Amino acid sequence: MEKVVQADDFSGVAIAGAAGPAMEMVKLFQLQIEHYEKVEGQPLSLEGKANQLSMFVRNNLPAAMQGLMVVPIFAGYDAHVEQGRLWDYDATGGRYEETDFVATGSGQLHASTVLRVSWRRDISVGEAIELVSRALWEASDADSATGGPDVLRGIYPVVASITKDGFSRVPDSDLASIYSVITTGVQQR
Amino acid sequence: MSMPYYVAPEQMMKDRADFARKGIARGKSLVALQYSEGIAIIAENPSNTLRKSSEIYDRIAFAGVGKYNEFDSLRVLGVRSADLKGYQFSREDVDARSLANQYAQIIGQTFTHEVKPLEVEILVAELGVTPAGDQLFHIMYDGTVIDEKPFIVIGGDTDTIKTKVAAAFKDNLSLQEVCNLARTALSSDERKLHASDLEVTLLQRNGSRRCFKRLAEDLLAALLN
Repeated sequence: MEKVVQADDFSGVAIAGAAGPAMEMVKLFQLQIEHYEKVEGQPLSLEGKANQLSMFVRNNLPAAMQGLMVVPIFAGYDAHVEQGRLWDYDATGGRYEETDFVATGSGQLHASTVLRVSWRRDISVGEAIELVSRALWEASDADSATGGPDVLRGIYPVVASITKDGFSRVPDSDLASIYSVITTGVQQR
Repeated sequence: MSMPYYVAPEQMMKDRADFARKGIARGKSLVALQYSEGIAIIAENPSNTLRKSSEIYDRIAFAGVGKYNEFDSLRVLGVRSADLKGYQFSREDVDARSLANQYAQIIGQTFTHEVKPLEVEILVAELGVTPAGDQLFHIMYDGTVIDEKPFIVIGGDTDTIKTKVAAAFKDNLSLQEVCNLARTALSSDERKLHASDLEVTLLQRNGSRRCFKRLAEDLLAALLN
């Protein structure tokens, strides 16, 4: 299952929580923003997209009360302000714009601690990809509900970067080399 | 009580057709042609914001001539129906033929049953996996659907434009060649069109999901001789 999906050329959604409702939510979200773009002749602003996603999360509240919670992260490159922007949500549709980094899901505490320790304002794309890979490693180590890499079968987390050139998935071969460095490091502790 | 005059159905249809044709002829024409990378839709349109051709779905484009508000509401209807179908079933189930039929139903229904027929002619184009799979549908003001290939001219004075396009058209023309061809065909002896008078949109066979692309004015200006 893809937990990081492209929403449009310059934005993406990462989902944590119940898989079924989450996938449906993302499908509807992608449809909505593409539909808007075609009908209006120009894309929705990044803020508009974040707001739209907030409505979907809010509509899921009754299901969330029954345990089927969906808490996404929305991230994108905002062409108007020429920088990347991040939002996370709570189960009621609360939308919180974060400035530096954010993690969501059961392992968020562990992951965000790793991010907080190493994040710098001038971090490069490559370093950021390494850092999130490490954050996921630590989170999966400490939290049973967070999935980590399966080096044996060559299954890696879904990592993507969004820059002014658009959304791009990090290939598994890159993640394989990042995780081999991490595992070697852990063995030598 | 006065009796309404009897009007023969033939006469009524003829009057409506004349009315619609006149409305369409007041507007500017457009051409759609196959070229080396896909399908190009080139319209005479001095406005940079009110579009004649636009995206309907991944591989489907729409273009209309005549009354703007009428073909624009048809366009929105098409986007809605395509998006709904793609969401409900699968993206590959959305096709131009069924969309063209849907348009023909609406336009034909309006033509026979409403007081005023729609003063529009529209084009629905679908990009195939190979050029042989390309489809171009021409829907007339009375709901008649025609599929034409390798090019379509819709609008007012189509005969003159059609003759000019037919004389110069060849398979596998480059983007630059089709743009110049269409520009010559749409221009009249008195008035030569420039990049700012043209709207060019493309369906490109480039492997990406959404094949529709709008050619920016500066890029078009660079292509025109």
